[in-house]
Formats: sequence, structure tokens, C-alpha cells
Amino acid sequence: MTKLHDIYRSLEYGPSIENHQAALDWLDRHDGSFGHFINGQFTDCHDEVIEVLNPASHEILATTSCGQRGDVNEAVEAAQMAFDSWSSKAPSIRARYLYALTRNLQKHSRLFAVLETLNSGKPLRESRDIDIPLAIRHFYFHAGASQIANEIIGNRIAIGVCGQIIPWNFPLLMLAWKIAPAIAMGNTVVLKPAEYTPLTALLFADLCRDVCLPPGVVNIVTGRGETGAFLVEHPAVNKIAFTGSTEVGRDIRRKTAGTGKFLTLELGGKSPYIVFDDADLDSAIEGLCDGIWLNQGQVCCAGSRLLVQESVAETFHRKLRTRMNKLRVGNPLDKCVDVGAIIHPVQLQRMTDMVNSHLGEGQNIYRVEANLPKKGCYYPPTLVTGLSPSSTLMQEEIFGPILVSTTFRTLREAVELANNTRYGLAASVWSENINLALDIAPKLECGVVWINGTNMFDAAAEFGGKRESGFGREGGWGGLAEYTQPMPKSQSKGKLSKDMTFQSPKTTAQAKLAQLPIDRTFKHYINGKQVRPDSGLSIEIRNSQGQLMGHVGKGNRKDIRNAVEAARHAYPNWRAQSGHSRAQILYFIAENLSAQSANFVSLAGDTRPSQRQKEDIDAEIQSSCDTLFTYAAWADKFDGRIHAVPFRGLAMAINEPMGVAGAVVSSNSGLGEFIAVFAPLIAMGNTCVLSVSGQHSLSVLELCKILATSDVPDGVINVVSGLEDELALELASHNDVDSIWHFGDPNLTEKIETLSAGNLKRTWILSDSHSMDSDRRRHLSCHDYLSHACEIKNIWVPYGD
Amino acid sequence: MTKASPKRSWHTQHQAKRDSRLARSPIPFDGKIIENIAVNRSATDRRVANLRGGRSLKNDWKTAFLLRAVTLIDLTTLSGDDTEERVRRLATKARHPVRQDILDDLGVENLGICTAAVCVYHEMVNASIEALEGSGIPTAAVSTGFPAGLSDFQLRLREISTSLAAGAKEIDVVISRRHVLTGQWQSLYNEVCEFRARCGHGAHLKTILATGELGNLRNVAKASWTCMMAGADFIKTSTGKETQNATLADALTMLRCIRDFSQLTGLKVGFKPAGGISTARDALAYMILVKEELGHEWLSPSLFRFGASSLLADIERQLEHCATGRYSARHHHPLV
Repeated sequence: MTKLHDIYRSLEYGPSIENHQAALDWLDRHDGSFGHFINGQFTDCHDEVIEVLNPASHEILATTSCGQRGDVNEAVEAAQMAFDSWSSKAPSIRARYLYALTRNLQKHSRLFAVLETLNSGKPLRESRDIDIPLAIRHFYFHAGASQIANEIIGNRIAIGVCGQIIPWNFPLLMLAWKIAPAIAMGNTVVLKPAEYTPLTALLFADLCRDVCLPPGVVNIVTGRGETGAFLVEHPAVNKIAFTGSTEVGRDIRRKTAGTGKFLTLELGGKSPYIVFDDADLDSAIEGLCDGIWLNQGQVCCAGSRLLVQESVAETFHRKLRTRMNKLRVGNPLDKCVDVGAIIHPVQLQRMTDMVNSHLGEGQNIYRVEANLPKKGCYYPPTLVTGLSPSSTLMQEEIFGPILVSTTFRTLREAVELANNTRYGLAASVWSENINLALDIAPKLECGVVWINGTNMFDAAAEFGGKRESGFGREGGWGGLAEYTQPMPKSQSKGKLSKDMTFQSPKTTAQAKLAQLPIDRTFKHYINGKQVRPDSGLSIEIRNSQGQLMGHVGKGNRKDIRNAVEAARHAYPNWRAQSGHSRAQILYFIAENLSAQSANFVSLAGDTRPSQRQKEDIDAEIQSSCDTLFTYAAWADKFDGRIHAVPFRGLAMAINEPMGVAGAVVSSNSGLGEFIAVFAPLIAMGNTCVLSVSGQHSLSVLELCKILATSDVPDGVINVVSGLEDELALELASHNDVDSIWHFGDPNLTEKIETLSAGNLKRTWILSDSHSMDSDRRRHLSCHDYLSHACEIKNIWVPYGD
Repeated sequence: MTKASPKRSWHTQHQAKRDSRLARSPIPFDGKIIENIAVNRSATDRRVANLRGGRSLKNDWKTAFLLRAVTLIDLTTLSGDDTEERVRRLATKARHPVRQDILDDLGVENLGICTAAVCVYHEMVNASIEALEGSGIPTAAVSTGFPAGLSDFQLRLREISTSLAAGAKEIDVVISRRHVLTGQWQSLYNEVCEFRARCGHGAHLKTILATGELGNLRNVAKASWTCMMAGADFIKTSTGKETQNATLADALTMLRCIRDFSQLTGLKVGFKPAGGISTARDALAYMILVKEELGHEWLSPSLFRFGASSLLADIERQLEHCATGRYSARHHHPLV
């Protein structure tokens, strides 16, 4: 009986191993040892080396250098040197370099794929069909973005030197996500690949040399976590873009706090995978295979939390177990393998311990009956059912091929369960009912929703999270914005658009003695009511000549708590309002404010103002009304777009409110500025808690009375008066505040950013002494305010019948 | 298997299994199942696309799968210009589908490779049966007003009886697409039940859905279920005469229905993609799909057939490549 007879009868699959000689040859050409890639050249290999393993065999593929502080300094210096020339090149010239990189990636695509698989353990099918083509697509897209940069980003300019730290799960793809937009927009970069998977980045460095990319534009420093930390700490790095664990992300947030560095974080997730009873169950199961078993589940946006409608749960789990047995685990170079090797023994141990120590009673674990290879790091695809939402396995990111599952009864419950997590990266929804699917998509707290699909990515569509999954977007127009900044007025050559509305009054009205006819009481404004401060204490408000104007409440931790609670409570209804309704309320505020402008004259500093002062105040009020009108106009117009992704389907990028926004307004700023802060926030559907301090508190609290009569729902705007530092820090440390704008005391910046690391709230810092230029706020456009008031969510809706 | 074992033993074994299995009776119509069917087109397409890159057959494995593919072919001629002589040539090819020297080179001459059946119009049944005599290869007749299925219903029923009387062992019927397009599932069920009854227990009933004319995959799934409930032994994609032939997405949809039906009733229904499958590569794609969705148990003539005419020629060329390591030319293989 021959082998052929056997196969003829059994019809089993045989090995189909990809040839990897070309990759080994490339390693040989570098003698299997690598320095860093700095200023267009490879440095000599270090004394302190890192052995790079093939996780499928535990063989050593190469040794790389462990970047020290000196190496990072050298690389940053090279990037700094290159910046002026690179950023001032015509965009179309940069486009040509990007195009050349793209083409060369494409020419060597199989080499990249095989090397990626050797180094990361991911199945060749994935590196060949997903990672590398997507990386190429990113370079193509950004070559185009560079070509038309002037048209698409308008008056924005490059940021400077970008420090980029990427993980081991998609080594080349993450490199592409980071480097392509950065250099397309004129930045120069220092990239640190993951300790375990530096090889494709080093191969990419070869390409940079091949296409004669100017030295210093792309620098690659290999190393461990500490190498990344050197980069984060380096004062000449203007932006940090990090993809990795939430813990490290939090640490980076703290370390960069107050430094003025731009920051984007793409962190962990525990993304829900929601299956409704009217879904195509077989397709949903295939989706899971592409979701949780892609790259052995080591994917930040993996659909790792299965939520199935109770009525179909049993059927679904049964079908799923059957399907799981068809998954082939083994040598990643085998083209018939679905699940490859876990990246490193450390990770394997971590996930093994996690599952073993948290499996409880009533929980059911199902592992694929696969013969795992004896050598190498493997973990069988696993399903854990019978979990309750509070189980550790349901809450914590496992980052492995382990799916956890629970059931739900109604759409409402599905939303609750889905959002019951610290994370907010992605979600999959399976239902044949488009009404249901498009209803639930906006309700899910995350940056990406896939309808009847999973793990769909494209360079044209933004990717990124909410909550503790990080902030900032990669890909699409949103991603380009993260690598640019508003152009300072001095450079704008008069091209600046006229819609930058905030104008402070020409002079601040100065007061003589204030003698108010009847004593007035200014309380906090919380949940639509005037409330006394919890502390029972008041602060004197004096004008610039030291004369007493009145008293405001001294807000404390509990006032902030109450205000945040009110804002949180108001949020669901407020965001559900149409832009049109929100616009009407903003118009109504303007109308009432205009009508009562006289009330503000006496509060601005002088009971007997001169005609000139009156005119100034009136001008400020009118300017504020104009601001309100502008954001009212935008409320139903700052909408999303449909991205042209290369799929049969729609990738709908929608601008979503962030949630509860905190804002700290400078104690020097007046009513106009206060309005310029809350108007864009509420226009986009956020609810807000604003802290006010200083002499203009009285005007602001007076405005609250207008809010109460202008149909602003209770809790949408909350104002707490008091000491700026105390209130700012309370807001920054509150874990139910999703975002914080700080326009106040620059000395608070560092603390605010550090405290924001607690729940990784988005921060927008525009305090007066900001590093880039001192009065940037003056020439911010509405667009800047509005885009900071939103997060982009991409909803992927494949179609076809 | 040893060299000493009788020729065609594997094949005849399966043949015997199929013949001994009583053609089954309908089960009651369940409209609720039909109502709840959901098929997502884009996800189905994605599964098909993923599988194309996710399974690969090399060397002996490719050879073995291709040899098996030959045994799954309903070698078909359904043309207006068919003659007895052409059908005889076809039948000869069915007996000896692969050049003997290739089989010898591969060392599989004892596997008794022949096609699963010969499929013809009624008028050609006699010629086919005569030419196949002693081979154990059954003759299949297309029936019931093939390909449109719009002739008089009683005539269509009689057509089945006539072909059976002429000796056909398998009947490929077409369903009324209008029942599908107007949602008359009960009518479709009744129709197929009548076909089933006419076939009796003697012959195998393959129902052709004409997927290319059903509008969408949900209809493909609903028609599959209706035919299976009505007692079909096989569900078949296409007549080969529609403008849109069988696709892998249609196949995937039907295979999933077969799996669910088997889970529900314990009954195993066969699958026959037909029309436009002309390359070895296509054939392997279908086989991999079946293996992944249903398991290799389904890759036997009793549960899987290709309806094809030119497919065999391409497989033969590939087998020559497998045997000799050289790429083959079409004119190196005898014509049908």
C-alpha cells in the first residue's frame, strides 16, 4: 500500500510548507546580527544583544542590539537634523519616496511575509494575505495623502520628531500604520519595534536605503521596554505614538504629562462579539474564526468576548465547537495552518496561568482536539462558556486564542454587557436586521463597529479606541490629523479661514468700586439647578483693582462628583438628540444672551462703566452670540464621511461625542471664552462639567441662569466655581470623565495629564505657555474645537444579497 | 489496499453502499425552518475567499485528491446535437477516464478509477446503458422538462417514469423556480414530493435548484431545505444552462443546509455542483469546501458529484504532471 493510496482513501491534508530560504539568505547577508538603523545606516551590533527567536521552533534567528540611551539620542538627533529639510520638501516629492517604498514592499512582499511568519509565529496565510497587503495599502494610501496634502490638511503642518513604539503582534503592519502617515505629513521618525519581532522592521530599513530615503527621516532602534522609555523621555521628541498594553500606555501618559508632547495610544481591548438570534449563525462562527483565532488571538481588537442571544446560544455553541475542530494548529509556515505559534514562552505561560487560575464552577472549557507540535509555543483554540459578566476571564484581556462567552436576552442587555468594560476598541454585531444593526452601532462604546464582519481594516478608515483602549486614530483623514498641528499664524500667509471665532474683548473692562444694589448669590450650576457648595465656603471675587465684586461657592471634590453624575445621567438623551435639536438650543441661548446683555455689564468689573466699557462688553456678548451661532450651525453639519475602502461595503466614519467632558477655563478668561468651550462640546452631543475661577466667575454663573431658561436639558452643562487647581485635579482624577480640556494655568498641565492616566481620558491642553506657540488658541478653527469634541467611529457595513 | 484486491473494490464498495441505501422518504414540511433562514452574502463570500488561500494541496496530496475527483464526476453531455455515437464515446471515457500509463506511473492502476456516472438526456439513456454495461457505472437522466421545468406537470412526472423504465438509476430533476421566486415553499415541497414518489425506492433523486435564477442566497438555502424535506437524495446547484452557473458561495450555502439537515434528522443528503466547473483547480476548491464544512465522509460518490464535461480533461492533464513532473498538453489526452 503506497502513500498515495492512503491519502486517496483518507483525504487528509498534507504538509504544504512555504520555502523560507530567501529569508534565511537575507539574515545571512547581515551575518545574523543587527545594529540600529540610524541616519540612513546600520550601526555596528551592540555588546548587549537580544536573541530573536522563531516561536514555532525556539531557534535563534538573529541577534539584535538592545538600544541604550545613547542610541536613542543619536537616532533622535538624526531625525531632528533631517526634519527641516524633509518637512519643507514639496509634498509631491515626499509622495514619490512613499511611492518608492510602497513599490519595493510590493516587490519583496513574499520575503516580508515569510520573515514575518518566521519571527512572529503567525500563519503564513495571514502574513501573506493580510499583514503585508495591508501594510502595502497603507503606504499607497499615504503616498497619495502626501501628494495632495495641501488640499486635504489645509493649514496644518508637521509636528516634528515622532517616537513610535510598536508591538509584536503585527510587526510590519504596525510599522506601516506609524511610519507612513508620519513621514507623509513631513515628520521624521524614530521607531522602536518590539523586542520579540524586530526583523521585518530591519528589512524595511534595507528598503529605505534602497530607495535613497534621505538619512534620518526613518530611524529604527531595536531594544526592550527601557529603550522605548528613553524615547518617551527624550525632550526633542515632539510626539509619541504607542501601540501596546494599557499598562504601558498609562505609564507613557504619565511620563509625557506636561511635556507638551503629542500623544496617541492604541491599547488593549476586550471587544464584544454580539450575535443576535436572527443572524446567519454559520457566518457569525466563521467571523469568530477570523476574530479571536486570527494571529492566535493576539490581536488588540479580537472579538474575544462572545455575547450570544439566549434563544440561539445552545445551537451557536454547538456549531462553534464543531467548527473549532476544523481549525488546524501547527507550523506557521504550513499553508494549511489556521493557528500558529504563540509569540513567546512568557506569553504562553501568562495565558495558561490566567485560564487555569480563573476557571470557576459552572464554567465549561472546550479545547480543540489538536495534536500540538511538541516543539515551539502553542496553545489550542479554546472556548469558555457559562461565564458571568463579572468573571475575571470576561473582564480581563487574555490576548490568546481563548474565547469567553455569555448570553443576553434583549438588545438593551446586549448593549449593557458590551459596554460593561474598561476598554472600548472594537465590536462586531451579527444580525440580518439592518434596523437593529444600525441602532446598536452608535450605542457601543468603541472606535470601530463591524456589522456582520470582523477585523476589517483599511488605510482609508480610522482605527482606534475609546476609554482605556487609548486615544487618537490611525488611518484615514483622522490619522493624518494626528501627525499634523495647526500652523502658527505667523506662517499662515493670510490663508487662515475666517471661521476662527473666538475673539477676546479688545480691552478688559476695569472696575472701580463695586457696590451692588442688592446682594447677589452665585451658586454652582449642577443638573439644571443652582446649588450651594458642599463645603459651605465661599470665595471672594475681586476685580483687577482688588475691589470686591461678590462671592462664589468654593467647589470641592463632592461638587465635582455631583456635577459629573448629573452630566453622566444627562448624556444618553443629549447625545441621542439630533444635531438639529441641539442647534436650536444653542441658537436659543444666543437669543437670550443677546437680550440680556445688559445684565453682564455690571458683572464685568465696574458698576458704573464708561460708555467705552459698555461697548466693549456688548461687543464681547455679541461675539459670544456669534460663537453660539457658529456652533449651532455646525451641530448638524460636522458629520462623518464614507471612506472609499476597497471592499464591497461601506466604512462609515461618524463623529461621535466623547461622553462627559471636563473643561478648565483660565481664570483670566471671560465669558466669551467660556462659551467658546462649552458650545462645541454640547453641539457634538457631549455633556460637560466646567470649572470656573477668577474674576469672570460671576458673569459665567450669571450665564447659567440663561442656560436654565434656554431649554438646555438638566445636566448637559454643569458649572462648578472655586479654585482652579483644586477643581482641575478633581476633574482629571475622576474616572467617569471621558475627556478634559485644559485652557488654564500651565503649571497644572503635568498634573492633569498624569492624573488623566487613571482612565486614560483624552486631554486637550491649550494652556497659555504651551511649548509650540504661546497663543495658538487664537487661530484655532472651529474645526479644531469640533474635532476635539468628537471621536471618530468607523462602522463597517459590508453588503450584498 | 493491496495489489491483490479486486479491481474497483473501493469504488464498487461505495456504489454498493449507495444502492443498498434505500432512497429516502420525505419528512413533513416545516415552514418555520424556512422562515428563520438567514444567509449573509458578504460573510459567505469572505469564507469562500479565505478558504482559497487557507488550504493548499501539494504533491501526493494533490494527486490523491484529483484521483478522487475523477471518481466523483457525473460525466455529462447535454447538448441538442448529442448522438448515440457521442454518448458511446463518453461512456468509454467514463470507464477509462485516465490514460493507463499515467495510472501505472502513479502506481494506482488497482484503484479502479472510473467516473461516478454518465449523465444524459432521456433519448440517450439506452445508448449510455449499453455502452456502460458491466462497468457498474450508472446512467443518470436529466428530467422533468430540463432545463426550464415549465412543461406540463403530468408530462414531467411521466418523463421520470419513462427514464426509469429505460434503465436510468439516477434522475436529475429541475425544480419550478417560480415557486421559489414567489415564496410558494409548500408548492415546491409538494412538487418535489411527487418527483420523489415517481422515483420510488429504485432511483436516486437529484434536485437541481438552478441557483443562478433564484435571486439570492437565502432563496438558495430555502430551496435546499424544501427539497431535502421533500426527500431529495442530492441537491444540485445548476443545470449548466443558466446564465449564472454554480458558485462556491452557492455551494457553501447548500452545504451548510445539508449539515443542519443532517444534524436535525440524521439523514445525509448529497451535493452536486454543476455547470462551469472546468478546471482541476475549481474541482479542488469544491472538494476542500466540502471537506471543511461536512467532513471527508461526504467526498464519496454516494454523497458528492461534479456535474461536468470538460473538467475531466483538465484533471487528466494535471495528473500527467503529477506522474511525470512535466506540464501536459491538452492534445496528449484522448478526446471524449
